[in-house]
Amino acid sequence: MNTRQLLISLWTMVVKEVRRFVRIWPQTLVPPSITMTMYFIIFGNLIGSRVGEMHGISYMSYIVPGLIMMSVITNSYSNVASSFFSNKFQRSVEEMMVSPMPNWVILAGFVIGGAARGLGVGLIVTVVSLFFTHLDLHHPFLTLMVVVMTALLFSIGGFINALLAKKFDDISIIPIFVLTPLTYLGGVFYSIDLLPEFWQNVTMINPILYMVNAFRYGILGISDIPVSGALIAIAAFIVAFWCLALWMLNRGKGIRS
Amino acid sequence: MAEPALSIRGLTKVYGNGFEALKGIDLDVAQGDFFALLGPNGAGKSTTLGIVCSLVQKTAGQVKIFGIDIDEDFAKAKYALGVVPQEFNFSQFEKVEDIVLTQAGYYGMPMKEARPRCDRLLKDLGLWDKRNGSARMLSGGMKRRLMIARALIHRPRLLILDEPTAGVDIELRRSMWEYMRRINEEEGTSIILTTHYLEEAESLCRNIAIINRGEIIKNTSMRGLLTELDTETFLLDLAEPLDTAPRVEGFEVERADSHQLALSVRKGTDLNDAFQQLTDQGVRVLSMRNRANRLEELFVSMTSQPDAATGIDGPSETSAQAKETAS
Repeated sequence: MNTRQLLISLWTMVVKEVRRFVRIWPQTLVPPSITMTMYFIIFGNLIGSRVGEMHGISYMSYIVPGLIMMSVITNSYSNVASSFFSNKFQRSVEEMMVSPMPNWVILAGFVIGGAARGLGVGLIVTVVSLFFTHLDLHHPFLTLMVVVMTALLFSIGGFINALLAKKFDDISIIPIFVLTPLTYLGGVFYSIDLLPEFWQNVTMINPILYMVNAFRYGILGISDIPVSGALIAIAAFIVAFWCLALWMLNRGKGIRS
Repeated sequence: MAEPALSIRGLTKVYGNGFEALKGIDLDVAQGDFFALLGPNGAGKSTTLGIVCSLVQKTAGQVKIFGIDIDEDFAKAKYALGVVPQEFNFSQFEKVEDIVLTQAGYYGMPMKEARPRCDRLLKDLGLWDKRNGSARMLSGGMKRRLMIARALIHRPRLLILDEPTAGVDIELRRSMWEYMRRINEEEGTSIILTTHYLEEAESLCRNIAIINRGEIIKNTSMRGLLTELDTETFLLDLAEPLDTAPRVEGFEVERADSHQLALSVRKGTDLNDAFQQLTDQGVRVLSMRNRANRLEELFVSMTSQPDAATGIDGPSETSAQAKETAS
């Protein structure tokens, strides 16, 4: 395929993926908005008013970056996992396999589509948060970079999950048993300074801690960890996961007999 | 001499469980041909076509599409290939025209070229009124035609039709035959057809290969193959019931039921003899017809083995029943 054909095929993939999650917006866009509104009301307003400040910032403002990031992570991951597995299940993945599209275009199409949903939901949650608090963007470029990189990383993760999945249950195991606990324990609702030293050290091996804190640094200007290290770690994970996903796709893992 | 539309040499497939689905088959399909690939269930047809379409990984051998080796430039070879699979393999939740246009996009076709082509195909295949509806609302026959439209959107030179009329009613099947015949004769599209309607293969195809247990057991012209048929069986409808089959010299006669006889006639035998003998015995025949299609008789005789599957592939329409989920 020449460059123009490659761009057309990639655009087609992305449009198809975006069309899918927009078509079923009551399942994809509304629930996270409602869930996050509940978090803002209960944790931010009701409980947060008794917690007071964290690092000199109101508790409501403190949890907003984490909750946005939580939405981005779960939606990016779930979108690709669900969409690609549905393609496998309905065998419509064969439409792509019989075409001359290179595997990297297929992967990129799903990943960009997943990131688009993650970022779209993130934007909705951000708008909702503005009804509860005021946000000053301290480092806009850094904020954007962290959230886009995180969305891409978890989209690739969702793709790998869907490639390996054999039934629908297999694509919900990781979000429920891995992503959700890591996100809750990744400093969304608290600063790790509040933890005993041992648990602080344990928390440091949680990759989501770095993403939440880098994002919080971009918005609020505060972080529990060095931000540069977080960026390097996210970038390294993106490269590693991309290579793994593409290798699996080239081998036909989970899709070719 | 023109390169064959499809050339297969020594194609072997051994699945992970050790099952040898293909045992080094050779096959050529000429450009412009309408070619039938037949075989019982599990014979290796779908594996062969799956390898050609890149849905199955081969173990060994060579596949060339219009002279392009799929190991060297599969992407280029895929441009020449259109595939209509046996099972529905599109998203049931997409709009009909989106399914066709998306496929065009996968081939890098610009929208200004894809849109009129899509409109033309949907009109030709009787799907124009349904273009804005969800694919899951289509009937089985319409879904099959949708897959044909999708396969033709990028103007393939070789079209693979795997059971294209399975589950389609007779009237619609015949209109699909006409359409396939037209794209073969007028547009020069080479077609490989697998079907369990042997009448369909006999009517449409000029050449035929029969595959059984991973080996090509016959590869010849349809006309040549049919001349090999040395016995035909006719069913005779009788005016009066019979308790036993009459004896007819030079023929095999079985009583199918009280009002029907099965008469086996060897090639070159004078059928008038049979009727004369029946008349002499007071047996009146009201009508007669072939018990089976001629190709079917040959097919069964070639592929029937004591421990082999004797059935021909039935329609497989296990369409995805899943609700569209998006967690």
